Amino acid sequence: MSAVNLKIDKLSYSEYSGHQTIIDHIDLAINNTEFICIVGPSGCGKTTLLNTIAGLLNSPDAAVTFSQADIRLGYIFQEPRLMPWLTLQQNIELVLPQSNPQLVKQVLKQVGLSAYSQHYPNALSGGMLRRASIARAFVIQPQLLLLDEPFVSLDSPTAMKCRALLLDMAKQHQTTMVFVTHDVNEALYMADRIVFLSNSPSTIIHELVLNQSTQQHSGNYESPHQQALKSALFSQYPKILEGTLATG
Amino acid sequence: MANGAVNPHTMPMAPLYIKLGVFTLLMALWQGLAMLLEVPDLPSVTQTLQALYYHTHEGDLINNVLITLGRVLISFTLAMLIGSIFGIAMGSKAWFNNISDSLLIILLNIPALVVIILSYIWIGLVEAAAILAVVINKVPTVAVMLREGARTTDTKLADVAKVYQLSWYRFMRAVYLPQLYPFFLAAARNGLSLIWKIVLVVELLGRSDGVGFALYSMFQFFDIAGILAYTMVFIAVVFVIELVCFKPFDLRIQRGR
Repeated sequence: MSAVNLKIDKLSYSEYSGHQTIIDHIDLAINNTEFICIVGPSGCGKTTLLNTIAGLLNSPDAAVTFSQADIRLGYIFQEPRLMPWLTLQQNIELVLPQSNPQLVKQVLKQVGLSAYSQHYPNALSGGMLRRASIARAFVIQPQLLLLDEPFVSLDSPTAMKCRALLLDMAKQHQTTMVFVTHDVNEALYMADRIVFLSNSPSTIIHELVLNQSTQQHSGNYESPHQQALKSALFSQYPKILEGTLATG
Repeated sequence: MANGAVNPHTMPMAPLYIKLGVFTLLMALWQGLAMLLEVPDLPSVTQTLQALYYHTHEGDLINNVLITLGRVLISFTLAMLIGSIFGIAMGSKAWFNNISDSLLIILLNIPALVVIILSYIWIGLVEAAAILAVVINKVPTVAVMLREGARTTDTKLADVAKVYQLSWYRFMRAVYLPQLYPFFLAAARNGLSLIWKIVLVVELLGRSDGVGFALYSMFQFFDIAGILAYTMVFIAVVFVIELVCFKPFDLRIQRGR
């Protein structure tokens, strides 16, 4: 399996027959196995950008191109979006082109849900449902994984566990990741690169490259390393952070 | 089935003794009232059971019930199939709904009797006319229910199917149709009760066999016990269909909801 490069070239997107521009000429190149975080205020068009990459929304020809013709794409939505009438195991099997119980079992074990494989989603907690959606995304061994604020409604310790799990699985599967959040802390914690979007109509207002390979994820936003990153960012880009944090 | 997975939304079934208790109470009430009034227009439970025995062994009850059941089954299947296709198409395609909406309102409001009479006049007193009349009466109500179902399907789940490139068959089986199952069930339950009644009218007006025809014959002779005996069988059949077909399907679609 190989991860993919993704190129976004002058992508614009409008709603209401072109009367409301959501995304305005975004250019972005995402490299193989890169973990990129897209940060911006609520309502700026982050989800629209992801949906356009995923092909759920129509974009102009050649605005979104991949380095390969057919790619395995995973998407972890804001809500877990599991089928309520299927068991956890069936939900994960659903996205596989062919039945592979061993693989499903293995992925469920990785996310710590082996004991719940026969449970229906309504019998699982919020954190379990997030882990289930991570399992569903990784079972297809995605080359590109899109994530839309997947941990936004979780309590802090559960969200932290889910982040650690996600980083672990991304590293293991060598997947290119596009992670949308309005939380700068979360982006600093996870990303190789952060792209800051403006308010709607959104454009890229800044990019920040982080070298996560030298970072050590402590599993804590308040770690000295995380604090140092945050201070550096605040001092360098106060206006960007005001814009994103104020509405985040 | 899930290990330990509990569905808090599943309605608990009433215990059997409660159902039997209600049934016994109703029978006792009927028997008591018949004994109190002592009029030929209200035969007692025992007289009705005697009539049931007679019509089963000496008459054509079983044959008539089977003929009517056959008509019900064919009409029900056709009405569910056609009504579901139309309803889903109307609920998911706005342009189709715009074209078909007026026709649906017209069909919903034409009296069943008019459809039956016109079918017999235009097609003749044949089996096809009887079935067609029932189907035309039932299709609009199925379509309305399935249209509402199709309108409430979750597009977010469809997005999941699109992203993960599910085949059309898998999408229908695991994502789309399960959202419509409660509407199918409501349409089927409602449909069965309505179709039973319409089939009887159709048989009464233009057939020479079936429960409707038998009831008409008994009406000619004021055989009230016979009419009630047929009604008993009628209700028993509906209970069997509910227990064998609808209840298991109902329990199945409640899973996880």
